[in-house]
Amino acid sequence: MLDTPMAASSAGADVRRSLEAASPRYGEKAIKVFLFACAAISVAVTVAIVISLFVPTFSFFQEVSIVEFFTGTLWAPAFSNASFGVLPIVVGTAIVVVISLGVAIPIGLLSSIYLSEYAPAGVRRVIKPALEVLAGIPTVAIGLFAFWFMRPLAESLLPFLTWQGPFSIGVAAVAVGLLIVPVITSVSDDAMRAVPMSLREGAFALGASKFEVSTKIVFPAAISGIVAAVVLAGSRAVGETMVVLIAAGAGNPRLTFDPTKGVQTMTSFIAGRATGDIATGTIVYDTIFAVGALLFISTLVLNMIAIRFVRRFREVYE
Amino acid sequence: MTAGSTEPRTKRVALATSGARAATLAALQSSSQRDKVVHTVFISMMLIALGLALLGLVSLIVFMAIEGGPRLQWELLTGVPSTISPETAGFRTAILGTLYVIGGVVLLIVPLGVGAAIYLEEYADSTKWWNRLIELNIQNLAGVPSIVFGILGLAFIVRGPISIGFVAAAGSLTLALLVLPTVILAGREAIRAVPPSITDGSLALGATRWQTIKGQVLPAALPGILTGIILAVARAIGEAAPLLLVGAVTFVTFNPKFFADGYSTLPVMIFQYANRPQEEFRILAAAGVIVMLVLVLLMNSLAVWLRDRFERRW
Repeated sequence: MLDTPMAASSAGADVRRSLEAASPRYGEKAIKVFLFACAAISVAVTVAIVISLFVPTFSFFQEVSIVEFFTGTLWAPAFSNASFGVLPIVVGTAIVVVISLGVAIPIGLLSSIYLSEYAPAGVRRVIKPALEVLAGIPTVAIGLFAFWFMRPLAESLLPFLTWQGPFSIGVAAVAVGLLIVPVITSVSDDAMRAVPMSLREGAFALGASKFEVSTKIVFPAAISGIVAAVVLAGSRAVGETMVVLIAAGAGNPRLTFDPTKGVQTMTSFIAGRATGDIATGTIVYDTIFAVGALLFISTLVLNMIAIRFVRRFREVYE
Repeated sequence: MTAGSTEPRTKRVALATSGARAATLAALQSSSQRDKVVHTVFISMMLIALGLALLGLVSLIVFMAIEGGPRLQWELLTGVPSTISPETAGFRTAILGTLYVIGGVVLLIVPLGVGAAIYLEEYADSTKWWNRLIELNIQNLAGVPSIVFGILGLAFIVRGPISIGFVAAAGSLTLALLVLPTVILAGREAIRAVPPSITDGSLALGATRWQTIKGQVLPAALPGILTGIILAVARAIGEAAPLLLVGAVTFVTFNPKFFADGYSTLPVMIFQYANRPQEEFRILAAAGVIVMLVLVLLMNSLAVWLRDRFERRW
């Protein structure tokens, strides 16, 4: 009888009734379907992004050879004598990523070690929201700050460099670095705080100093989260548009490694092109999508790496 | 062996303890000189790093305040955009445009974001491949650059399947899709923080799944969900890049409508003013930045306050 309570109730034993709902409850089912639809919309969005990027990209590559696209060193899609070598704007993006990470990694990691290991609770309560405020500043504001304030500052601090024109990708990249500091700080702070107290106490008991505990125990233990933070910040730098558009200019696609020059990036090409007049169905219109697809794939790869690393530190300590 | 001998004994103990302490201290402090230097250097490096980040934040705000200060009058908010008279031009139509666009964003992200968060936390069986796909997909969407959402908006919303043209509604939809992952991720965190004992108790008393969610889970998770929504809206207010592609770069001198051509938003208008060569437009743009910063920072502070005020440890 214990094995078949349903049979017992249907046999007429009043005491044992089925735990199933008395009515089918269609309302509950409808709600579940609606909520599932809400969640599934995100998948539809991804599918829509992929379709809207890759269909025009496909027609783009029917006119331009893939080899020319990836190896060409001249980017002039709008000229009458058009050239579609994407390298100059990829190099522009790479300069932004390298310089901004060069600024943000030391600042972000040192800040997060301070916040998680050294800062008194009171200081932490003030600094953490301040960094969140920095993360919330609109990128247009940061771009204009770079263009109007940081560029003249850079010229007076480094007068021996040859500054030409109002734009420079190096200044834009430093501003992007400021923008991604909070990304590094908040993710790696989370990772370091997830390191169990017992590891620190064990090290202290063996006579380690605070510095040794922070750098030789906590930092290595949180390394996967820290890597994730840096990769995420890099992905933000790849996709950052307004700062680069304002401070590095959109009209100068040239292959150069000189950070004082105005250089176009993948994002500023898309934004700059789209603000002008664009006719649908032309090859110039399709370049927006081809570059967008390249941008999407590169950030997707970075995000997947970051998600994998975050998952690893979650698995170990949580 | 009575009262007389206790005193020297305590003295002996005291002597031994202090001797032991001195020995320990000596052993521990043997490397202390170097340690102290390292400690000081490291602390100052960390403080310099933190100081640089905060200095950037503060100098941005101060710079914009000095630069745009002269134009901080009511006309800034009520003046109609103009390309010829920067002294009286303002952000009226752009502010209205932002209100329309953000209104649409809120209407879209509240049901969709909270609904998705509830589904993933309360209904989804995470062993099923499609639920895992949704989860991974949302994490990835959160990292897609905003300009890519602009391309999506251009190809799918302005033109293509939806084809509503370069209107404020297109801006709303594009920004809503952009910030949706933020709302979902924050909502999930908030719902997950409600202890299972409360859900189980409600279910045990005979409430249905939805009654439990409506009566117990959502009220308890509300502050966290609200925080996520406010942060998402603050981000949408300041976002300019995707709007460049869906039609916000028009110099509108009339009040915009939700479904009619021609709208702009505050950050896009700032960008347009800043692009003009005259000094007056630069001041105007800087004043606009101040308005935008005040708006965004107020919302961020509200979110932080909400989280700290209502955060409950179960």
